[in-house]
Amino acid sequence: MSTSDDKAKEVSAEADVSAEAVDEVETASPPKVNEKKQDNGGLGFIILFFIIGLVGSLAVGWWIFPKLLYSQKKQPIDFNHVLHVGTVEEGCESCHYFREDGSFSGVPKLAQCVDCHEEVMGEDPEELKFVEEYVAKGKEVPWLIYSRQPDSVFFSHAAHIKMGKVDCVICHGYIGESTHSRVYEENRFTGYSRDIWGKNIAGLKKNTWDRMKMDDCAECHAENRAVPKTVETLPWPISWMPRPYEKPASSQIRVHIEKDACFVCHK
Amino acid sequence: MKVSRRSFLSLIIGGAAGTALSPLPAKLMDDSAIWTQMWPWTPVPEDGEVSHVDSICTLCPGGCGITVRKVNDRAIKIEGMKGHPVNDGGICVLGLSGLQLLYGPTRVKTPLKRIGARGEGRWEKISWDEAIAEVVKKLGELREKGKSHTVACISGADRGTVAHLLGRFLTVYGSPNFIRIPSIQDSYELTMYLMQGVQASVGFDVENADFVLSFGSGLIEGWGSPVRMIKANSIWKEQGKVVQIEPRLSNTAAKSDKWIPINPGTEAALALGIAHVIIQKSMYDTNFVNNYSSDFEEFKQIVLNEFSPDDVAKITGVSASTIESLAKSFARASKPLAVCGRGQGETPGSLNEFMAVHALNALVGNINKKGGVWAVPDPDYIKWPEVEMDRVAADGRNKARIDGAGSKRYPDTRYLLDRLPDAINSGKDYPIEALFVVGANPVYTIPDSNAVKEAFNKVPFVVSFSSYMDETAANSDLILPNHVFLERYEDVPTPVGLQKPIIGLAKPVVKPQFNTKHVGDVILLIAKSFGGRIADAFPWESYEACLKKTLGNKWDKLINDGFWSDSNFKPAVWESAFSTPSGKFEFLNKGGAESIKIEGDKQSYPLILIPYDSMRLASGFIGAPPFAIKTVEDTVLKGKEIVVEVNPKTAKEFVEGRHAILSTPKGQAKVRIHHFDGIMPGIVALPRGLGHTAYDEYLVDKGINFNELIGPVEDLVSGLNAAWGIRAKLTRA
Repeated sequence: MSTSDDKAKEVSAEADVSAEAVDEVETASPPKVNEKKQDNGGLGFIILFFIIGLVGSLAVGWWIFPKLLYSQKKQPIDFNHVLHVGTVEEGCESCHYFREDGSFSGVPKLAQCVDCHEEVMGEDPEELKFVEEYVAKGKEVPWLIYSRQPDSVFFSHAAHIKMGKVDCVICHGYIGESTHSRVYEENRFTGYSRDIWGKNIAGLKKNTWDRMKMDDCAECHAENRAVPKTVETLPWPISWMPRPYEKPASSQIRVHIEKDACFVCHK
Repeated sequence: MKVSRRSFLSLIIGGAAGTALSPLPAKLMDDSAIWTQMWPWTPVPEDGEVSHVDSICTLCPGGCGITVRKVNDRAIKIEGMKGHPVNDGGICVLGLSGLQLLYGPTRVKTPLKRIGARGEGRWEKISWDEAIAEVVKKLGELREKGKSHTVACISGADRGTVAHLLGRFLTVYGSPNFIRIPSIQDSYELTMYLMQGVQASVGFDVENADFVLSFGSGLIEGWGSPVRMIKANSIWKEQGKVVQIEPRLSNTAAKSDKWIPINPGTEAALALGIAHVIIQKSMYDTNFVNNYSSDFEEFKQIVLNEFSPDDVAKITGVSASTIESLAKSFARASKPLAVCGRGQGETPGSLNEFMAVHALNALVGNINKKGGVWAVPDPDYIKWPEVEMDRVAADGRNKARIDGAGSKRYPDTRYLLDRLPDAINSGKDYPIEALFVVGANPVYTIPDSNAVKEAFNKVPFVVSFSSYMDETAANSDLILPNHVFLERYEDVPTPVGLQKPIIGLAKPVVKPQFNTKHVGDVILLIAKSFGGRIADAFPWESYEACLKKTLGNKWDKLINDGFWSDSNFKPAVWESAFSTPSGKFEFLNKGGAESIKIEGDKQSYPLILIPYDSMRLASGFIGAPPFAIKTVEDTVLKGKEIVVEVNPKTAKEFVEGRHAILSTPKGQAKVRIHHFDGIMPGIVALPRGLGHTAYDEYLVDKGINFNELIGPVEDLVSGLNAAWGIRAKLTRA
């Protein structure tokens, strides 16, 4: 890139040429004054356009792009977690339980809901809709899953919840305290939920549950020195965005790649 | 003031700077990585609850146990069932690809009625009620006219409840024409009957044999129960020897301890030559021969006079010294076993050959012994009351069978499907007015495809029960699609070649995916529509109820374990093993050891065409699924063109990989040449299982069907097809 001095020289040289051309046509006019005026106006414009470009693209990048990237979707049924958690006996695990083989059930299937909702129980129109449209027809509810990871990610709930004693809230936030289903924002490009990247388009987060990217896995694993080590031992930062958190002072993330490290999570 | 080029550049630079300072590039880059995982053509099984269902694979007569992994309601993978007596966790390429037969594009999704010409492929969707009414109307008309015997049924099996229901229906309806698809089972059953006097299937205690003499059997290429044989082959590697006798270096030959190339079709002579040496050197089991066999002296005279190693060497091309050393090794082995039936055993073969090979087993006394050949009785769990026939049915049943089985000429043979096309085309006996095909694809699998098609065209009413649009279904008038094997209940009695009686239970792994019906239920519905004695013979509400009642107290075990086996089973001891007129093993050899003459004369057709089988190509009722066809090498199928193997000496004038025209008395085809040192000169080998004209785009029009180039050759004693090849010639394309 040329320096600003170079730029000025180039500009004035060019102005000289145009001045000569003018001389040839209009012999009498004093060229110096005109040259000066044009020069100032041109520079102003250049700066103005630079600013327009800069501000415009910043606006696009920070404001319009996220709006375009995500579509807003409503859950098929507005679900009240508070109401349900109050009724069931075992908290989250009443509906989101571990199967016999240790795999995690995730979002309940219709069969589970039908255990209670064979008939309409309350007066909520959403429940009526649920019973009429899904229970009566035996159709699964097409729930939109906020925390669904891309297919390349292997995540075991059992390893984290049962062995690591990680609380649900650490990753999923206080979803159990919601009375309505919030809007599901789907990435039009990838088809995944906005919750994975996080609400903040810059990737900043305040809470552990604000983002669910690989860096977030690594952060927690580094802090807790949790096995498998491979998660915390990547030699390069995955994201080039500024990290919103301080690395644990006591430990540097060590460069230590074990064989097959990637395949612990990327089967 | 005007906007200059410089201002525009400045705008771009500002824009670029702003974009770089925004999260857009990073975010889009990240998203594009994730986007690559969302391509719709990348198959990703759905997430959900994993479960496993045990069942039995019925894609071939091997009867392997399978465990199907499911996620929610979707079957994801078929694996071999651990602990199953046949395959213990193993599975073959066809079984592994079974899901493509469940979810693939080749299925018939609803009953179809032909509206165009036969084979044109124009169909009308009809309801099950209409379809059954159609069948009942046609069968009713025939029965009223006293033509019930003109109805025939071709079935893939004759054991198990489905086959018994079919047979029962034909009986009570009044037709003698229940015909099973031919295979080496026919020859082996007949051998057992003639030499041992028992109606039993043949079982081989292969796991315990330590010297296996195979007369062309594709031991690891689909002969018997394929997975079991491959496992047995691993045992032999450790503690046994395999000698493979055949004109071509097959995979079995390549993996054997010794490969003996032989002039094709002369295996019976070689067996008797070996018998000659064993008898001459008194290496036979004297206890068995002296006490439990009859007419040994007569057999001995024939063998000693006519089959000296020198004579046999001339016939077979195997040197006399090799014959002697083979005989010695066989007789001296502690548990020798001789088997026959070429390739996967789909052609019955000549009875002489089977009897000659079985005589070898008798000479070394391995009948019903550890590591030997066992007579395995069918598990007799089907105990239905005798049917009561009305007069029409009794008259119909008294008519002679259309295929000539059980006739004066072939009194002991039970089914002769290979004779059916000729019987229909020649019109010598009576015409067949209606034909039912269950679990079989005769238009593809029976030799002389043109004659088979012609015969089909002469039958005015053909009903196929196939789940797939196979060649037979495509040439029928009505298709009543059966559930595929992963959607239905079915009992699977002792798999082919197993040495102990077991019953397997195929269970529905998933719900029926389409508007199909179990063939057992369809038979019940048809019978009930008739009323009277026909309906009385079928007192069950549904096939499932019938199966459950028939299996009685075995049902619970079958549901839990997937199979039932008689743990106390032991083969009959020699004192009581033989039910021949003499009560002993009979060495009699009904027609001498004449080799079967194949079709074609030597002048016009200087070469001999033989087929070969491969584990990668299903050549039976089921077509090879896409996964399997993907594994076929370029030396078998190059693009859509079939490749034939020829010895470089024979194919001097043909360049490797170039085209040639292969002609036989039955037809001709364009092929590619592959020079193969592992095949005897003068022989051309063609893979079986290709050349489908039906099924899906992955299989159709790939190569040619061997059955289009060969016709059946009748065995003089049994009437079964004994053609092991056909004369052929290669000309430049």
